[in-house]
Amino acid sequence: MKLVYFAWIRERIGREYETVELPPEVTTVSELLTWLKSRGDEYMLALEKDDIVRVAVDHQHVADRNTAIGKASEVALFPPMTGG
Amino acid sequence: MKTEPVIKIQREDFDTAEEIKSVASANKNTGAVVTFTGLCRDENGTLSALELEHYPGMAEAEIGRIAEQAIERWPVTGLKVVHRYGKVAPGENIVLVVAASAHRQAAFDAASFLMDFLKSRAPFWKREHLADGSTGEWVDAKESDEQSLEQWKT
Repeated sequence: MKLVYFAWIRERIGREYETVELPPEVTTVSELLTWLKSRGDEYMLALEKDDIVRVAVDHQHVADRNTAIGKASEVALFPPMTGG
Repeated sequence: MKTEPVIKIQREDFDTAEEIKSVASANKNTGAVVTFTGLCRDENGTLSALELEHYPGMAEAEIGRIAEQAIERWPVTGLKVVHRYGKVAPGENIVLVVAASAHRQAAFDAASFLMDFLKSRAPFWKREHLADGSTGEWVDAKESDEQSLEQWKT
């Protein structure tokens, strides 16, 4: 699965994207966030305010943290948007 | 005939008059065109530029979904969104929304709806570059932008 990061989440993690092999127990958005935070300080720093992190699965916003991600090819994590 | 929205995500600046003209002339049943242009402010001289990061692919897709909702909701005869990314200097354009319809109210409503949803749903992030040459902060999302979506709930 490809993970992509934007804005200050990208900066804190220190990369724009990465390809990961999810452990079998990681099946939802919420589990993905928890798993990522266990991967190192940079992830912890980027994702500590878990509730403000926005998630898109295959280019669609996902508000429900219980959404399954098993079949997704790309999951994006980013802060609240400030366009317009 | 169903209205097809035109969505452009680009680094270059745009010519507002040209963009409006192309929407206005595309459908002869258009009697009203409402536009909104968002510009970069200098925040009283403290800002030298805004830098806009975006999520390529999703930006187009998400604005397309917002536009489709507007088309379902109002009898619009044309819709266009142009959104820039990269570095934008004070006074330059950031975003343009053009909504056309036979009569004015649908065009006003569709343009306002599009801007409200663009603000908090289109994947763009602004970062400040300060007048003293340093890189400033990422712009914080405003609670009021999220609240302004409430008015569109039916």
